[in-house]
Amino acid sequence: MSDDKTLAETLAQRGISRRSFLKFCASIASLMAMPPAMAVEMAEKLAAARRQSVVYLSFQECTGCLESLTRSHSPKLEDLIFDAISLDYQETLVACAGHFAEHILKEAIEKNDGKFILMVDGSIPLKDGGIYSTIAGRTNLDILEWVAPHAAAVIAVGSCAAFGGIPKANPNPTGAVAVSDIIKDKPIINVPGCPPIPVVITGVIAHYLTMGTIPDLDELGRPKVFFGDSIHDRCYRRPFYDQGKFAKSFDDEGARNGWCLFELGCKGPTTHNACATTKWNGGVSFPIESGHGCLGCSEPDFWDAGSFYTALSAPTKDVANWAAIGVAAGAAIGVAAGIANRSTKTETKRTRKPLTVDDLKGKPKS
Amino acid sequence: MNIFDILQWARGTGLQIAVVIFSVGVLIRLLEMWMLNRKPDLAEPRASGTLGGWRTVFTRSAPSMVLMKKAGLLLVSGYIFHLGFFIVLFFFAPHIRLFHNMFGVSWPALPNGIIEIITILSIGALFALLAHRIMNPVQRFLSTFQDYFVWLASLLPLLTGYLLLHTSDFSYSQMLTAHLLSVELLLVIFPFTKLMHAFTTFFSRWYTGAMAARKGVTV
Repeated sequence: MSDDKTLAETLAQRGISRRSFLKFCASIASLMAMPPAMAVEMAEKLAAARRQSVVYLSFQECTGCLESLTRSHSPKLEDLIFDAISLDYQETLVACAGHFAEHILKEAIEKNDGKFILMVDGSIPLKDGGIYSTIAGRTNLDILEWVAPHAAAVIAVGSCAAFGGIPKANPNPTGAVAVSDIIKDKPIINVPGCPPIPVVITGVIAHYLTMGTIPDLDELGRPKVFFGDSIHDRCYRRPFYDQGKFAKSFDDEGARNGWCLFELGCKGPTTHNACATTKWNGGVSFPIESGHGCLGCSEPDFWDAGSFYTALSAPTKDVANWAAIGVAAGAAIGVAAGIANRSTKTETKRTRKPLTVDDLKGKPKS
Repeated sequence: MNIFDILQWARGTGLQIAVVIFSVGVLIRLLEMWMLNRKPDLAEPRASGTLGGWRTVFTRSAPSMVLMKKAGLLLVSGYIFHLGFFIVLFFFAPHIRLFHNMFGVSWPALPNGIIEIITILSIGALFALLAHRIMNPVQRFLSTFQDYFVWLASLLPLLTGYLLLHTSDFSYSQMLTAHLLSVELLLVIFPFTKLMHAFTTFFSRWYTGAMAARKGVTV
C-alpha cells in the first residue's frame, strides 16, 4: 500500500546510496534522450516524489510481461524503483486472495482516485459478452471499464494489451481487442513487446513522476524515446546488411561469422523497440546477438505477419500458385479472345461489300 | 488501418492480386496478337526467315552507331535505365530471396554497393529521358498522359527501393510498403500500357528480321 515516504527515503531505507540513484537517473535520462542536466533534475524530482500508486490488472495474458518486470536481473536499481512504487493491486503478487484481494482493489481505487497509474497486461475478449476471461465472476471488459475512469493514465504493458497480441491472432476466437480499443478518454501509453523490456516500463514511470506528463508517443501510442528507432537501425549486424552479407541458414559460414539474418526472416527492419540498445538480462544480449532473427513482437499483429523465418522481401501468402492460375486463366481467355477475333475477321471478310464508283459518287446502289 | 496492416496487405493479398492481373493481362495480349494469324507468305524465301529473325533480335538490341551520333543522350540513357532496372531486379539479394521463395530457384547476388550505384544511375537516366521528352518539341508533342504515367510508375520502385536503404525521414516499414505498392502498381498497369514492350519488342524484332530475311535483306 502507498505511504507518505518519499522515494529517496524508501531507497535510503533499502541501502541504495545517492550515488547509485544518480547513476540510475543519468542512465534513464540518456536512454530517454534527455540532456545530461536533466539527470540531476530528474533525481531531485524523483527523490521528492511520493510513492506512486499503481494498479496492475492482468487480463487475457500469459504472465510473461509480469515475469519480465519482476524477474529482470535482480537486484537492479530499476527493480527497486519499481518496488518502491506502491503496487497497490496485482493479483499474481498480492498476498491475499478471494474477496480480500477484491477489497484491496476497491480500496486502492478509492484512496487514489484520479491519481493512480493503471497498468494493464493482456487483451480484452469481447466475443459472447466477454465470457472468455473473467475474474471473480466479472468480465475483463467490466473490470477495465470500472477501473480506468478513476486512473490518471493507463500503461498498456505488452503486445496483448497494446495491440491485442497473440489472443487476437487469426482467427481471434475470443474477439480480443487492445486497451485502446475500449478506453478512449484517458492517456494511454503502449509499451508493447512479448514481453516488453523492463527498463522501458520503469523509464516511462520515471518520466511520469518527474515531468508529470506522459512521454512523446508515436502513431501507435509507443514512447518515441524507446520505440523511435528500428531494431535494424541499431543492430550491430547492420554493416553486414549494407555489404550484402547474409546468413543463409542458422548453421552456415555466414551464421558463424555473425552476418545479417535478413534472409532467415529477421523482422528487425520493420520492428521498433529498444532491444538492440538496452538489451536483455541485465544488458547481456538480445535475440539477434544470440543468432536468431527478430520476431517483430512489438509491432501490431506480429503473429499474423507471415512465418518468422520468411524474409521481409518475400510474400506472406502463396503467390507462385496464384501466378500459375493467372497464366492458365490468361491463356484460356487469350485463346478465346483470339478465336473470337478470328471469327470477327472471317465474318467481316464474308460480309464485306466492295466499294464501287457509285459509292464514291454518293449514288444509291441499285 | 495502420502502416503495419498496409504492409501485410502489400506482402500478401496485394501481391497476389497484382501478379494475377499481370499474368492474365500479359497472356491475353500476347495470345491475341499471336492469333491474329497473318496470311501465309507463299513466295519462295531467299533465306531462312527464322535465322534472320534471331539475328535481328540481337542486332537491334546492340547499340547503333548511327543513332549514337543523332540521339546519343536518348540511346545511352535508355541503355542505362533498361540494363540497370534488369540488374537491380534480378541481382539484389532480397529480390533473389523473393524469387527463391516463390519459385524455389536462386542465384548469386551482387554486393549492395554495386546495386546502389546502378540504382542511382538508372534513376538519373530516367530523369535525363524525362528532360529530353519535355525539352524536345517533337517528342513533347508526341507524348501522351500514358508516357508520363509509365515514366512515374517505372521511377517509383527504383526510388522507393533506394530510399529503403538510405532514408532516415521515413521508417523502413513505410518505405517497404511504398516500395511494394509501387511494384504492384507497375505489375497491374504493365499489360495495359506500353510497358508490354518488355515482351513484344523481341517478337517485333524477330518478325521484322524474319520478313526481311525471306526477301533476302539483312536488317
